[in-house]
Amino acid sequence: MSTTAELLKGAAELFPDEVVTTAHVRHFDLPLGAGRFALITLDNGHDHKKPTTFGPQSLANLNTAIDQVEKEAADGEIVGVGITGKPFVFAVGADLKGVELLKRHEDAVAIGKGGHDVFKRLAHLAVPTFAYYNGAAMGGGVEVGLHCSYRTVSTAVPAFSLPEVFLGLVPGWGGCTLLPNLIGADKAVSVIIENSLNQNKQLKGAQVYELGIADAIFEGADFLEQSLAWTAAVLKGEIVVERPAVDRGEAWDEAVARGRFVADGKVHGAAPAAYRALDIIAAAKNGDLQQGYDAEDQALADLIMSGELRAGLYAFNLVQKRGKRPAGAPDKSLARPVTKVGVVGAGLMASQLALLFLRRLEVPVVLTDIDQERVDKGVGYVHAEIDKLLGKGRINQDKANRLKALVSGVLDKAEGFSDADFVIEAVFEEIGVKQQVFAEVEAVAPAHAILATNTSSLSVTEMASKLKHPERVVGFHFFNPVAVLPLLEIVRGERTDDAALATAFAVAKKLKKTAVLVKDAPAFVVNRILTRFMGEIQTVIDEGTPVDVAERAVEPLGLPMSPLVLLELVGPAIGLHVSETLNGAFPDRFTVSENLRSVVQAGKRGFYVYDSGKPELDPEVAALLRQGDTVLTEEQVRARVLDAVAQEIGLMLDEGVVAEAQDIDLCLITGAGWPFHLGGITPYLDREGVSERVNGKRFLEPGVASVPA
Amino acid sequence: MPRTVRDVVFVDGVRTPFGKAGPKGVYHETRADDLVVKAIRELLRRNPGLDPKKVDEVAIAATTQIGDQGLTIGRTAGILAGLPTSVPGYSIDRMCAGALTAVTTVAGSVAFGAYDVAVAGGVEHMGRHPMGEGVDPNPRFVSEKLVDESALFMGMTAENLHDRYPTITKRRADEYAVRSQEKAAKAYADGKIQADLVPVSVRRTTPEGGETGWGLVTADEPMRPGTTLEGLATLKTPFRVHGRVTAGNSAGLNDGATASLIASEDFARENGLPVKMRLVSYAFAGVEPEVMGYGPIPATEKALAQAGLSIGDIGLFEINEAFAVQVLAFLEHYGIADDDPRVNQYGGAIAFGHPLASSGVRLMTQLARQFEDQPEVRYGVTTMCVGFGMGATVVWENPHFEGDK
Repeated sequence: MSTTAELLKGAAELFPDEVVTTAHVRHFDLPLGAGRFALITLDNGHDHKKPTTFGPQSLANLNTAIDQVEKEAADGEIVGVGITGKPFVFAVGADLKGVELLKRHEDAVAIGKGGHDVFKRLAHLAVPTFAYYNGAAMGGGVEVGLHCSYRTVSTAVPAFSLPEVFLGLVPGWGGCTLLPNLIGADKAVSVIIENSLNQNKQLKGAQVYELGIADAIFEGADFLEQSLAWTAAVLKGEIVVERPAVDRGEAWDEAVARGRFVADGKVHGAAPAAYRALDIIAAAKNGDLQQGYDAEDQALADLIMSGELRAGLYAFNLVQKRGKRPAGAPDKSLARPVTKVGVVGAGLMASQLALLFLRRLEVPVVLTDIDQERVDKGVGYVHAEIDKLLGKGRINQDKANRLKALVSGVLDKAEGFSDADFVIEAVFEEIGVKQQVFAEVEAVAPAHAILATNTSSLSVTEMASKLKHPERVVGFHFFNPVAVLPLLEIVRGERTDDAALATAFAVAKKLKKTAVLVKDAPAFVVNRILTRFMGEIQTVIDEGTPVDVAERAVEPLGLPMSPLVLLELVGPAIGLHVSETLNGAFPDRFTVSENLRSVVQAGKRGFYVYDSGKPELDPEVAALLRQGDTVLTEEQVRARVLDAVAQEIGLMLDEGVVAEAQDIDLCLITGAGWPFHLGGITPYLDREGVSERVNGKRFLEPGVASVPA
Repeated sequence: MPRTVRDVVFVDGVRTPFGKAGPKGVYHETRADDLVVKAIRELLRRNPGLDPKKVDEVAIAATTQIGDQGLTIGRTAGILAGLPTSVPGYSIDRMCAGALTAVTTVAGSVAFGAYDVAVAGGVEHMGRHPMGEGVDPNPRFVSEKLVDESALFMGMTAENLHDRYPTITKRRADEYAVRSQEKAAKAYADGKIQADLVPVSVRRTTPEGGETGWGLVTADEPMRPGTTLEGLATLKTPFRVHGRVTAGNSAGLNDGATASLIASEDFARENGLPVKMRLVSYAFAGVEPEVMGYGPIPATEKALAQAGLSIGDIGLFEINEAFAVQVLAFLEHYGIADDDPRVNQYGGAIAFGHPLASSGVRLMTQLARQFEDQPEVRYGVTTMCVGFGMGATVVWENPHFEGDK
């Protein structure tokens, strides 16, 4: 067998560390006297914590299994072939570690073609084939089933997706071609494009059935038995599977157009994967499968060799691995238990923090503020949010009762904090106020209590400097909205000790936040980079470049929103405050925009009006703007902005604000929503030559987030 | 408050195919609780007229209530099977008569009016839980000679029973065993067994037992069709030198689970559920633990006396074949021929296997099929011997009886 086997052998040599999946073949008699059946089980020999994947040797194993059943089918020894997975996992697709190692376009083509060659044999056996999606199925796992004649799915399947576009690939082992031909282009666009770009949203078993991907659904308790009984009934003709006809008319084109609209809204043309997938879906309208497979091979290979995919994989690994094992965190055995939390302040931010601590730690949380009204309002906010969770069915009544009983508010810090292990302040951003608050807390809190500050730009060291025990102060900087953005910058002050830091990391983990250790430097990481970035945009506007030109200049980055929309979200006044802080620290690089100052002074909350449905510059803001006469092109603006960002990151690394460029990227992805295809930002700066131009060197070695040399 | 005892019926029963215990057995990598769960789910699937919310109890027997047979398996299996959390459950143990006792216990509660309908069954995964796992017999049993030392070893008690009935020779036992295998093979060929089996998917990750990956068990693994007297004659007698009890004329070590629905007759009829058998009486009796296989004799006497019946009224017998000698002792006592056609028409545990606490419901399920096929029969008996010297008997009436009512 020939070329497929050889192709895979060649690919396997490039990937010696593959976790190899075995394709077991087992025979038995079906119920109802339906005949002898061959069932293939995909199993990598590990438990569910290491899900089954497909690398080249795994595909070769499946190919060998298909050799066997193909012959048995041709010889009339079996009436059907099934494929399923080990407990809790069907298969989660290609082994991405193998993809990262690929250096040559032809090797990337081989991966795509190898998968196609193996999978499509399932569609050409002499007997019907059945996929039983028993557990998690992603990417190539989903696709192997799409090549079968029939599919069943378990209600217990927790995650089912074609996540390739999310990572920077296309579903290239038949997904782009087969799925629209099975369930129609519109639903296929939802699965392949929309879900992927919507933070890699996963389908549950019931949705897989409702979408028509599976022909039958059975409960997890006896999923395989019921699937096999159903198989027997299908083979005996007692059950006839009828699928709705796919609309190959205008609906197909409209679906593809909708996909492009979704992609534009998310990546603004900056990442190619979604568009390549849509091209293949569009072409699949004619039902020519082989043409689709060939297009998938090319798209897959092009994307595998692209910087966007390598940056995407780098970003994925940062979030999945580095995000869970923070660089530089002290030994976790040093962490002290946190059995009660105090929150100083009862404003919106403080109340959000109280809610988060309450839900994740499930310990008493006490809010304090300067008057009863504010305290009541803060506690009221938390109660209202708990009721919302209850109303949505996210928690039950018992849990709601428990959480409400755990939150309280008092005026007297001594009463509230005398037995607190962790006190966080979220009061006005003014160093004197914060020092005063910490002095009051220190006077009443136990000696072991951690004092944390949610400051976004003030010095943690300075805040601790007046205390008797400055070693227990840490920065604990959340990002708004607190419930949504995963990043937590944990700031080590000059005197912060390991126990306090370890406790902070332990709490962060319980809060399910991505914690990054940062030095006590002005505005830490995300705000410093964003402020520098926005500062350049504002400066070019102040100097005379039209607002729309400045905004469009950074569109090719595919950021989640334009700079001025982001500034609206943050609030112009806060943006101004941070820029003033950084201007104070680094006056040569950080400017304070006079136009921003006048917008804030005019009490404007934003720059745009949305009356037409699209953002348009608010005429009142336009009237406030005072611009110079230096008009730059988009390219000039973009170069200036990127140069500034590269310079700032270079300086931050020199200062030791974080351990490595990887931490910068992790912060930008999880704290500012910067996209995977940029890899945060440093892979993009390296790829575009900006790092080299500004700093004389790359941030990352070739191959770390790019095609290896 | 005045009470009326209610008629109790056997609505339906199912079981998993039985497997051989041990690393090569089909269920080696399957949990015991999963076996019960599959049986309960099949039972409910077969009886869609029963709203699961109405189930009043789940009583599941297991001899070794450890690990996947512990944690009050009646309760956990109910939840795992998808019954509403409002349905309670408990565990029960009378060794080999566990499932039978689960049936009689819930039946008593139905008759009393505490339940309308209950699930009763049993499980034993003797591969995961070998006989004697974790036991700690009180030393007084031996020091005070409360029981003979052989009482704890079922094979030895079977040899002791041969001693009590000297006319029951090894050859008679072997002949009985061959007939059991033949009858079981015929019952399979006639489709009498498969209809009450729930296929079970099984995983195998090591090749010593055969092909690896997921498979499906649709038939009893222990069956040995084609067993001959000559073949049996060559087997060792592991429990006594020059003894009579061999692996061929006794049930093996097995894995499996059973489940049945027991209801008041009124409830069954109101809910459109089948009535396969009507409970007449039940009784348990104790005997010397070292001849535990004698147990069915006094238990049956008690049960018949309660019902006002004599052995001659019984048209069908389902006797658990823990050992051939124990069946033969019963038949000899009642003057019934070894090959009487009323006895174990489908063969018995020697062929199908005997996963201890699950077997009682298998006897009932088979008797129910025989009742349906033989409306001329009015009464039948399910009976079994129990470790530590007990017997258990249930007398059933055939609701399909077409005689002189």
